[in-house]
Amino acid sequence: MRASVEHTVTFVSTSLLLLLVLGLAILGFVLGYMRARAIPETAGRPHSRPGYHGWFVFITTLLPAVFLIALWSAAAPPLINSLVKAELPERELSKSPAELSLTISTVQSLARGMELLSPGQIAEVRTGKPVLGEMLEAKGVPLASAPLPYLVSAALKQNALTSTSGLLKTVVGLALAIAGLVFGYLRVGHAFRARNNVEGVMLAGLAAASTVAILTTVGIVFSMLFETIHFFQHVPMSNFFFGTVWDPRFSAAGQAGASEGQFGLLPLLWGTLYISLVALIVAVPIGLFSAIYMSEYASRHVRTTVKPLLEVLAGIPTIVYGFFALITVGPFLRDAGAALGLDISATSVLTAGLVMGIMLIPFVSSLSDDIINAVPQSLRDGSYGLGATKSETIRRVVLPAALPGIVGAIMLAASRAIGETMIVVLAAGIAAKLGWNLFEPLTTITVKIVSQLTGDLEFNSPQTLVAFALGLTLFCFTLALNIYALYMVRKYREQYE
Amino acid sequence: MTAAAIPADNAGPVANSRSLVEQSLRRRYAAEARFKAYGIAAIVIGLSFLVIVFASIIQRGYTSFVQSEFRLDVTLDKDVIDPSGKGEESDLLIADYPLLIQDALIKALKLDPKSRVDSRLAGELLSSNADTTVRNYVLANRGEIGKTVPFWVLAHGNVDSVVKGAFDRSVPEARRKLNDKQLGWIDQAVASGALAKRFNTGLFTFGASSQPESAGIGVALIGSLFMMLTVMLLAVPIGVAAALYLEEFAPRNRITDIIEVNINNLAAVPSIVFGILGLAVFINFMGLPRSASIVGGLVLALMTLPTIIIATRAAIAAVPPSIREAALGVGASKMQSITHHVLPLAVPGILTGTIIGLAKALGETAPLLMIGMVAFVVEYPTTPLEPATALPVQIYMWATAAERGFVERTSGATLILLAFLACMNILAVILRRRFERRW
Repeated sequence: MRASVEHTVTFVSTSLLLLLVLGLAILGFVLGYMRARAIPETAGRPHSRPGYHGWFVFITTLLPAVFLIALWSAAAPPLINSLVKAELPERELSKSPAELSLTISTVQSLARGMELLSPGQIAEVRTGKPVLGEMLEAKGVPLASAPLPYLVSAALKQNALTSTSGLLKTVVGLALAIAGLVFGYLRVGHAFRARNNVEGVMLAGLAAASTVAILTTVGIVFSMLFETIHFFQHVPMSNFFFGTVWDPRFSAAGQAGASEGQFGLLPLLWGTLYISLVALIVAVPIGLFSAIYMSEYASRHVRTTVKPLLEVLAGIPTIVYGFFALITVGPFLRDAGAALGLDISATSVLTAGLVMGIMLIPFVSSLSDDIINAVPQSLRDGSYGLGATKSETIRRVVLPAALPGIVGAIMLAASRAIGETMIVVLAAGIAAKLGWNLFEPLTTITVKIVSQLTGDLEFNSPQTLVAFALGLTLFCFTLALNIYALYMVRKYREQYE
Repeated sequence: MTAAAIPADNAGPVANSRSLVEQSLRRRYAAEARFKAYGIAAIVIGLSFLVIVFASIIQRGYTSFVQSEFRLDVTLDKDVIDPSGKGEESDLLIADYPLLIQDALIKALKLDPKSRVDSRLAGELLSSNADTTVRNYVLANRGEIGKTVPFWVLAHGNVDSVVKGAFDRSVPEARRKLNDKQLGWIDQAVASGALAKRFNTGLFTFGASSQPESAGIGVALIGSLFMMLTVMLLAVPIGVAAALYLEEFAPRNRITDIIEVNINNLAAVPSIVFGILGLAVFINFMGLPRSASIVGGLVLALMTLPTIIIATRAAIAAVPPSIREAALGVGASKMQSITHHVLPLAVPGILTGTIIGLAKALGETAPLLMIGMVAFVVEYPTTPLEPATALPVQIYMWATAAERGFVERTSGATLILLAFLACMNILAVILRRRFERRW
């Protein structure tokens, strides 16, 4: 809670600065526009219209200043931290990294607490009297113990540096904005190619936007890769990839000398694949036959009604399916099983697979429908000409021609099933084991990612880090499936185009 | 069908093969009919799944839009509320309102106020949050202290299930949450009109609570709103800009090929992976607060980006080249032809794609679990940096709550979520129908 208050404070001051810069930029636009309007047309019309001159001044005012402010805001806190760290006495610095980071966070919470005090109180603290604890207590910031003098001085230094940095940032940012404004304003003139410059900046902006997708992928891979490497420093790779026991030992986590626990991937992978297989067994026949009927038999009217209705199934949020599985399907299957003398538990492979299969129907049916429609009519006509019935044509001509694309569609559905989280979290159970029984709970990779990362464990324990290794495994798995499936679908579509 | 299959001892080869063909035709037509029936069956099964999902949630959830409340004449006793007589806010905040409400209930049920057992049993009929209404009223109208004011106060969740007929009275008394005496009082109160079902505004305004009758999706709605705003402010400009670049300006080379493949793959990356990204980058690396709706918004924006890019590219590609050529022909620059002509014509398609992307983001749960949105938040957040929950996360938390009464709440919240999604999708369809131009 306190951390978020501090965030709000810096957030407001920086955003106020940005607002000021934006105001200057708007002023720049107006000035540039007026100046361009005032250019005499004696030597023919100016190269660019006044609006472009205005935008040019806007850009020269805004962009450099915003870049600087962003850079400063990112670079200043680590810099200040290292300066404050240098302030600490030698014996603190020689402690273990964990203790050092504890000391630093104490300094930071002291610094935050002191920001609430009045200048007079700060002056009193500077004299070295041990009054800080009471003052902070009065402001609602209780301290665990009386702060050591060097911690207080480090905190004072931290606050001084932070406020200096904030002041400098404001001054330099505003100066740069004004300099940009003057520069842009002076450039406005008869022959100045303002439009080309503005369009150049726009193009650069568009290109930069298109790299966000790349950055996201890079971010995904690297964020998980680093933590995964970290994880493999705690747990050997063979334990993870070939282990058949999943037992992360939450209770023993953090205790010295406790055994590390078992992090075998195989039971989770088995559960994931088994549940996905059940889902595909439900979704593929229903989806495929729906697609065949819609594209080959149904009238236009039926098709335009049924296709969007089936696609509603793909638009329902997965949490709704999860709740449906938990509250309706699970108990129904359990009661039905009891009536037949079968022992079906409420959370089971069957429940999760069945509900996930319902969700996947439109993934199979819509894509297959498109692909079957792309098969050229001439192939069908040829088959009819030889006397084949409609179903014979579909089975012997259309489906074989569409097969690669349909396989692609099924693989896309499979990748959905493997990465699906909410249904399995609510309906599959948490038992990590290698078993065939359809009626018993099994668990999946995604369930374990959720349970490992929603606990209150410290971040550096293998119990938490394993989630990143699981995430990376999941990402690689679905990526391979997706690339292959997209390749199949695209290649197939191009074949007949 | 083949000649070798014709038996030799039949009347004539012509009639013979004819009857054979007719026989095989019958078989083939039967197969044809079967095949067609499979198709119809598949569609019927698919659609009936749709009906079952909706029916089961509506059937469980529609009752959550009404809530049982007691209509009580509460005497705002000055000695209890403000014994010092100074009217200080700190006194008014901690006064024993539950006692006043309990007394009012005892009076309404015509019980003996001296019987302590009866008083306790009657108190069990009230929600533990019943006093909020009275306290807020007193704080707002201090002049009313000492008077008797009619209130509608929340009944306990168990009473609510009795009123809605969901309480099993055949269970032996010892194992029931309400005994026969209490059930009798409830029936009496319903008959006299002191206990009635009223529209459940609390469902929409309350925050988190451990009691089902005082839990609501207010905080979650605000959190979801902040997230959708973040997604709109980030994903739409970036997505449209990226699509414009890729469709209109990008040279066809290796780099743009990689970007394209990348976007298609990102669209199919499991959503939970985006949550892990958010945890590692936004919370651990950039130090943004956990559970804050801005982090959720950032993660959902990254997730929605591919959807918006793909939809925008399709909309831009659908604008015929003649428009661009005409603009270029009258002297516009390439950037002008696109910003002045192509983009405005593509707006309906872009809007449709954006709304569908937003609808997807609104229903997304898994990435939000990763960034700590599973939080018990009672206070409304005022900025996106404060802890909040989201509508689907609230559904998840209620779905896993142990209290039976939460099942109804969960279904109700699910219905609200589905209603939002339906509105958004219908809006998208209307936009497409009205403004889509075929060239």
